This record gives sequence, C-alpha cells and structure tokens, in this order.
Amino acid sequence: MADYAVELRNVSKRFPGPSGELVTAVKQVNMQIGDGEFFSMLGPSGCGKTTSLRMIAGFEHPTEGEVYIHGRAMGTTPSFQRPVNTVFQSYALFPHMTIGENVAFGLQMDRVPKADIAQRVKDALSMVRLPGYENRKPKQLSGGQQQRVALARALVKRPEVLLLDEPLGALDLKLRKEMQMELKRLQREVGITFIYVTHDQEEALTMSDRIAVMSHGVTLQVGNANEIYERPNCKFVADFIGETSFLAGKVQSQHGEFCTVDLPSGLQVIAEAQRTLATGTAVSVAVRPEKMQLGAQNGDENQFTGRVSNVVYIGTDTQYTVQLPGEQRVRVRAQNSAPGSRPLVDEGAEVTISFPAQAARVLTE
Amino acid sequence: MLQKLRQDARLQGLLLISPTLLWMMVLLIIPLLLTVVTSFGQRDTDGNVIYRFTLENYTRLIGFTAEGFDPLYFTILWRSLALALQTTVVSILLAYPLAFYIARAVPKRRNTLLFLVLVPLWTNFVIRIYAWIMILRTQGVLNSILGWGAGLVGLPFTPLDMYPSQGAVLIGMVYEFLPFMILPIYTSLEKIDGSLFEAAADLGANALRTFLRVTLPLSMPGVVAGTILTFIPVVGTFVVSDILGGRQVILVGNLIQRQFLEARNPPFGSAVSILLMVMTLFFTLYYTRRFGFGEEITAG
Repeated sequence: MADYAVELRNVSKRFPGPSGELVTAVKQVNMQIGDGEFFSMLGPSGCGKTTSLRMIAGFEHPTEGEVYIHGRAMGTTPSFQRPVNTVFQSYALFPHMTIGENVAFGLQMDRVPKADIAQRVKDALSMVRLPGYENRKPKQLSGGQQQRVALARALVKRPEVLLLDEPLGALDLKLRKEMQMELKRLQREVGITFIYVTHDQEEALTMSDRIAVMSHGVTLQVGNANEIYERPNCKFVADFIGETSFLAGKVQSQHGEFCTVDLPSGLQVIAEAQRTLATGTAVSVAVRPEKMQLGAQNGDENQFTGRVSNVVYIGTDTQYTVQLPGEQRVRVRAQNSAPGSRPLVDEGAEVTISFPAQAARVLTE
Repeated sequence: MLQKLRQDARLQGLLLISPTLLWMMVLLIIPLLLTVVTSFGQRDTDGNVIYRFTLENYTRLIGFTAEGFDPLYFTILWRSLALALQTTVVSILLAYPLAFYIARAVPKRRNTLLFLVLVPLWTNFVIRIYAWIMILRTQGVLNSILGWGAGLVGLPFTPLDMYPSQGAVLIGMVYEFLPFMILPIYTSLEKIDGSLFEAAADLGANALRTFLRVTLPLSMPGVVAGTILTFIPVVGTFVVSDILGGRQVILVGNLIQRQFLEARNPPFGSAVSILLMVMTLFFTLYYTRRFGFGEEITAG
C-alpha cells in the first residue's frame, strides 16, 4: 500500500438529525492525500467537507470506513493522541492565556523540556511574522494576527498533517489574499501536508496542489486546479467552479471524443465527451463564457446566431448575455484588451457567437 | 428652564441618575448613616436610643466589660466567618460538578435542569429550613432510613444525633445557598466556546488536563461571583442557625437580631452590624483583588 499522508477509505458519517432521523453528512468518501501536498476540500456549506476534516482530526469518528494517517488506522483514537493539528475557523485561542502560553500549550502537553519550549515558541512566532508577541493577550490582537497565532500554535508541534478549517473565513478580502500567499509560503517552508477546507473556489484554486470538490457528502472530482476548471466531470463541478453556460439537449451521434447534441430548438452543438454515450441520452453542454467569441470565426465547429439581451461592462471584461433560439441563453465574455475598447455590440442587436468543439463539454449529471 | 437643560450636559446627567440616587438615598445611605450614628449612642432602660456620643458599644464588642476581658463576641464572629467559609467551600464542591453537568447537557435538557435547580425557591425559605428538622431529627427521615438499612444487613443501630447541631446549620446553609452558587458557575461554563475544548484536545490535552488548564480557569469568574453571592449573605443570616441550631449555635446574625428584638439594645446591635459590614467589605476587597471579578478572562 502506498504510504499516503492521509487516506480516507469508504468513509461515511451519519448524525442523528433534529427530529431523530439519521442525516448522512459524508457518503462513502475515498481520498488519498500525498505527503507534503496542499490538498483542499471545496464545496458549499453542508457538503461534508468539514465533517471529513473533523474525522481526520478525531473530533468525529466515522460511522463506516476508516481513516489512515501515514498508513496507521485511526479507528477511535482520540484527537489528543493523533499526529495532526488543527487551525480552527474561530481560531479558538485560549482567552485566558498569553500568546506565548497559547503556542506553548501543545508542547507542554507533550512534556517538552521548558528550555526547548521557549525557543520553539519564539521560532514559531517569528515564522508567522509575530516575533516578540509572547506576552500579549489574544484580545489585543487583530483577526489576522490571531489567525497567525493559531497557525503557530498548530505548527509548533510539527504535526504530520495540518488541518485547516476555513481559516480565512472571518478575514476581509485584502487580508485574506495576503494570508493565502502566507499559507502557501509556510507550507513550502515546513513541507507539512496541509488539508484545507474552504467554500471559496478562488482560494482553493490559488493555493492547492489538488482539490476535492464535494457536494452532499460525496466527492465529485479530485484533481489539480487546471483539471477541475478545464475538464469538470459533472454539471455541479462545472457550475461551482467558475462560470458556465449550460445548453440542455440529447445526444444525436458520437465520433470518437466528440458528440453531436441536438438542442430543443433544432440547433446542433458539437462538444467533447469524456465517455461513450448512447443516442438519445439527455445531456448538458457546458461552455465557459471566456471560451466563446462574438462574431463568426473560421474553423469553429459551433456558430450560432442570437440576440444580445444584456451587456455588463466589468472593466477588464465585458459580459454579454445572448439569447439563442428556443429560449436558451449563454454568457459570452470578451476581454477589453485593446486600448480604449468599447462594447462590441449593443443590447438588442443580432450577433453570431462561435466556439470550437474542444471548448464545450458534454456532461451527463 | 428647558433651554438651560438642553445646553447643560451636567444637569442632564444629574437628572438622569436622580431616580436611582433617590432610591439609594432612601433605602441604603440614610439607613446606613442611622446605623452608624446609633452605634455610637446609648439606650435608656426601656430600650429607647439616646443620642449621646459614647464608644462603650465598641469597647464592649472588643471584649472589655465591667467584669474584665471576655472574648465572647469575637468567638461568635469567628464562628460565623468559619461557618460561612465552610458553607462556601462545600457549596463550590457540590455546585461545580452539577453546573458542569448542566452546561454540557443538550440545550433542551439544560432548561429542564435549570428549572429543577430553581423549583425549591418557590417554597418559603423558613418552611424549607423547617423541613430539614423532619429529615435530621432523632426520629427523622434520615435516621429511619439508616435504621431500616442497618436492620436489613443485621447491624445494631443507634439513631444519630444530628439535630440540633452546628453540622445541621451547615447543611441548611449549603442547601439554602446552593442555587446561588450553581447559577453563576453554570453561566460562566456555558459561555466557554466549545471549540476551545477541541483545540485543547487537538493540542494533546486529555480530559483532565483540558479541565485543569482550560475549563477551570475560564469558569473562575462564576466561582468568584458564586462565592460573593454565598459568603456575604451566609455571614449575616440568622434564620438557619436559629431553626437548625436550636438556639445553641449563635452566629453574628443571631446576635444582632437579639440585640434589637430581645435585649432591646439597638446601639449595641448597630455596633455589631457595622463591624460585620466592615469585615465583609475587607473580605470582598481582598477576594476580588486576589481573584478578580473575572472580566479580563471571559471567553470570546
């Protein structure tokens, strides 16, 4: 068996719900997380990502399946005996202790000699760029600083795996961006496996080596940022990550990797399919707005004429909503890269949109 | 007039606090001053106060009488303080686990449990203390149960002599003031952010060390508040000792009561009251200086 830092094997978790019924939070999840990887679990709230993380930490125990850390089955090992540490969403700093005492706490629990503790606390605080903050109280620190202390407190124990539960959720946008870079830098520096839970797709895409997209307790797709964005394997992933227009239709024919899909309006779309599909299968064709162009384009398999129903100028881009025959709408995004660029067409104008077959994906669910 | 009020912030402030000020004057400051004045006064043979300055009440309290030195009143004071201290300590030991249990129960159950803590307070205080006589006396409930139990295992049993005694007074005091210890401790335990316990476990602390390093220090504000709410009334109370002590256990509260009602000596009663108040003040000052009111460590 390959020695993964963390492995989840067929893990399920059911909780008793408010009226006594069982609620499944995590369903048959399998995940392999490599050593030194920055791995994110991404999904909307209630998708089971936090529960999965808490099962690795030992705050919850799986109803079925098993969590392995470096090949060791965790079973019902309590959290205080696991070689992992957690950075909590609420920071969870001990309010009655100073920053130094907070960071030292974990080392004291491990009965590290006093002299070593002082040095390691000092090192940990300078690592998160808070040197000399030992004697302050958590309340005297800003949110971002408290977050750094929480990181130092978890990292000072040199865990095999660091678990982060939406650690940047409470910070404002600018600080969040800063901390994202900081986290990435720290992870490279210490070389510890990071498992990061977030509902923010941009955060996951920016920082992670690999991402697991989760929904309703199930892992839908695991891959790096590029794979997840360019080759989503289902409608949910395509919709959740970035922006996507969907065209619903039925498979007409398939030639190798490409499918021809009949739209209800009688139009036909040629798009990439990841597997063989029977004629007549109901599918959605997903196209990213930035992969479509306004105006006819030689060589593009798909060319449609529609009416512009909405133009939104965003600055770097302009977004056009185009109404196709048969009440289907697509969004097209054009970069304003030319100097002094203005919208290409006005609302109400008739326009041709085009995109190559490789830019569109046939998705079944 | 109104114009002036609009412009004068000080006048506005004064007007705003005036109801409270009036209340405090009538119910607290004036009676207190009266007590101080009376404590330096004398009495006539009928027990009326004569407002003529004397230190006699205080010298008598310290122990100097016409017959020589007698530390009688000091003994009473000491006994009251010791009993109040015992009551407080026993209350903390009983209230803490219970408050802990309630704070950890699921929210729905918590309300039921808190309700049960408060239910006894619906019955009159004196009646509840009298009920303890039924429980503790020689032919009482407790002795009957013990005797029945001893009979079952075939042991000889002589009923325990529990009432009246100082022990009975202690039981009554603890019983009476336990809710006032449970509630503040519960409140401070309940306020602790649950993720702190997880953080402690995550950092390698087992249940005991989590309790000692996180739970206990964070619940100290409740223990301090409970101590103040228990200790101060217990030092001054006289009903429990009167009923369960069978008039043998005389506390400073009994002393004051008897000076006013039986000995008809308000000046001396006032002097004892003032001394008790000063002692309580010093205790509270020392205690809060030492342990704080706890604001600085509340969770959040």
